[in-house]
Amino acid sequence: MSMLQQPVPVSWFLLLSAALFVLGIAGFLLKRNLITMFMSIELMLNGVNLSFVAFAHEWHQVKGQIFVFFVMVVAAAEAAVGLAIIIAVFRARATLAVDRIDLMKL
Amino acid sequence: MTPALHLWLIPLLPFAGFVLNGTVGRKLPKAAVTAIALLAPLGSLAVVVAAALSSATLPYTETCPFDWITVGTLHIPFSFVLDHLSLVMLLVVTGVGFLIHIYSAGYMHEDEGYWRYFAYLNLFLFFMTVLVLAGNALLMFVGWEGVGLASYLLIGFWFQKKSAADAGKKAFIVNRIGDFGFLIGMFMLLANFGTLTFSDLAAQIATNPMLQGGLLTAICLCLFVGATGKSAQLPLYVWLPDAMEGPTPVSALIHAATMVTAGVYMVARTHFLFDRSPYALGVVAIVGGATALFAATIALVQTDIKRVLAYSTVSQLGYMFLGCGVAAYSAAIFHLMTHAFFKALLFLAAGSVIHALSGEQDLRKMGGLRKKLPITFWTMTAAVFAIAGFFPLAGFFSKDAILYEAFQQGGLGRLLWFVGVVTALLTSFYMFRLWYLTFFGHSRDPQAHPHESPLAMTAPLAVLAVLSVCGGWIGMGRFGEFLAPVLGATIDPAAAAGGKSLDMGLSFLAVAVAALGWFLADRIYRQKPGSANALAEAAPLGYKVLLNKYYVDEIYTLLLVKPLLAISRFFLEWVVDFAILGGAAWVLGGTAQLGGAILQRWQSGNLRSYAAWLALGAAVLLVFFFGSTLLGVANTYLMWVRH
Repeated sequence: MSMLQQPVPVSWFLLLSAALFVLGIAGFLLKRNLITMFMSIELMLNGVNLSFVAFAHEWHQVKGQIFVFFVMVVAAAEAAVGLAIIIAVFRARATLAVDRIDLMKL
Repeated sequence: MTPALHLWLIPLLPFAGFVLNGTVGRKLPKAAVTAIALLAPLGSLAVVVAAALSSATLPYTETCPFDWITVGTLHIPFSFVLDHLSLVMLLVVTGVGFLIHIYSAGYMHEDEGYWRYFAYLNLFLFFMTVLVLAGNALLMFVGWEGVGLASYLLIGFWFQKKSAADAGKKAFIVNRIGDFGFLIGMFMLLANFGTLTFSDLAAQIATNPMLQGGLLTAICLCLFVGATGKSAQLPLYVWLPDAMEGPTPVSALIHAATMVTAGVYMVARTHFLFDRSPYALGVVAIVGGATALFAATIALVQTDIKRVLAYSTVSQLGYMFLGCGVAAYSAAIFHLMTHAFFKALLFLAAGSVIHALSGEQDLRKMGGLRKKLPITFWTMTAAVFAIAGFFPLAGFFSKDAILYEAFQQGGLGRLLWFVGVVTALLTSFYMFRLWYLTFFGHSRDPQAHPHESPLAMTAPLAVLAVLSVCGGWIGMGRFGEFLAPVLGATIDPAAAAGGKSLDMGLSFLAVAVAALGWFLADRIYRQKPGSANALAEAAPLGYKVLLNKYYVDEIYTLLLVKPLLAISRFFLEWVVDFAILGGAAWVLGGTAQLGGAILQRWQSGNLRSYAAWLALGAAVLLVFFFGSTLLGVANTYLMWVRH
């Protein structure tokens, strides 16, 4: 059986998942633009989602997939609220650089 | 079966008056305040009189169904005891108290604090009746402290005046010293007898005939320290003359007739202890005699009408303690009663004079008031003759009884008798001096327009005048018999039988001495009005010493008050304020500042640094909890790669 015919081992998925997650963290920590940071969060969430799906497939369990739906729903809700906040912030400050948005008070 | 006497009503009615007037009195019309204030003591008086006339067997005890204090084997109930002694005392307190309430309604009519005054006065009656009715020493102490509080409030009634506020504080603080003695005495009683109930104590003493001196002397002396504070005896008398800053009816009620006699009452109440300690009795007698003489000499030259009366009160209280000290308790109580009549009258009449002169208290500015204030003059005359000890007025009988008992005792008693006679001479002299300076001669103040006081003030004067004249007619014999169930028979029959002629002789001497005092005062203050000044100039040193009250206040200030103040100040400013409060503030503030300086670095306000901390924290937790698992995973992976 050639390498291409073998199923992809779960560890590969996990590695990809970890890579996505770490990319998300790095993006979150290093970027200054609020929208980019927001996208980094999405990246982290999807990194985790990938590991859920991989495990679910490996062990033939449906729970992992259900969890992914949960995460996607929460992420969608969060995106709606988050984007609304970002728009409000931009209107008030005319900037999206987080370093400049360090005061609670206007 | 004895009928219920409802003793609890006696203190409770004045207390209700206090609560009513004290809370809503400000908003009530004057008539309502007066009605509440007068009905309360009247009700108490009615209950006392009903109790006196009832067929109840004395002593009659009324106990609250639950204990006041229960600790281990110690039970202290709320119990009121009515016996012959407390009955006499209650009649005096509520009777004279009621008269003075009436008088106050006239005297204080114009005062802004009318409602406050009567609230305090009712409060005083509440505590005084608790003191008198108390069946155990602790309950008595509650009343004892309470009357001190009422006294403080009323001395400082015109608290805007600094001297009045100071006098109130002085009275309270000096009394604290005495109360300390009382407390120690109670502790010793508790430690040795396990009870504070008077009847139980008396029973324990009675069943232990071997118990003499020693411990009992210590207890008695401690209790007596309490009595010297409350009853203004040497060396704690200094608060009483200053207490004259209060309204005059207060001086009459609290600082002449009732509260200051609480010490005498307390000694009489615990007489079964004193009886077993000849040494303590000797101390009581000597302190009493010394105070009587000492205060009388000061009274000779005072120029403030109320201060003369205050020193006279101290002196007369000395007589009562002299009586107690020679174990003539019923004679002391007899004098307490007659003194309450005539001294209350003297103060109220003096108040009437002061009222008529729009607040003038200086004897040197009075004079010629006999025609202008006839009722005040005649009633005060009765009181002056009574206190001087003229037959057949009240003071004669009671003073004579004490002196007779002292003389009978022999030895030290003879000396005390002599002191008493000299004091009687001085008493007569200074009272007639006051009488002449106030009522005779010509007015020495051209601005004065005296007017007789209203009926509310003159009526109590008249009643008290009648009592001052007739109060002694019960006679010492009958009075002693009445009190005998409580105080024991003081006059042994043999001495009484053989002492009739002696009694007569002593009585005659006492009246002669009083007449001599009158004669001297008449010579100096009526016949030759300038001779008093000549006398003062002839003995300038003695006059000055007396005028300045032997400099006792100054000595106390120098020896006690100033050092105490300096120490207190040191503790306040350096120990408490600087070291404790300042140190605590410094330590707390420093800790907060230091902690803040460190912790504030986390709060940079930089969102990404927060996120970094979060990620770092998550990583640390991950390593901490799953470190080994992670390592295992990494290992497997490496092996798989190599493979």
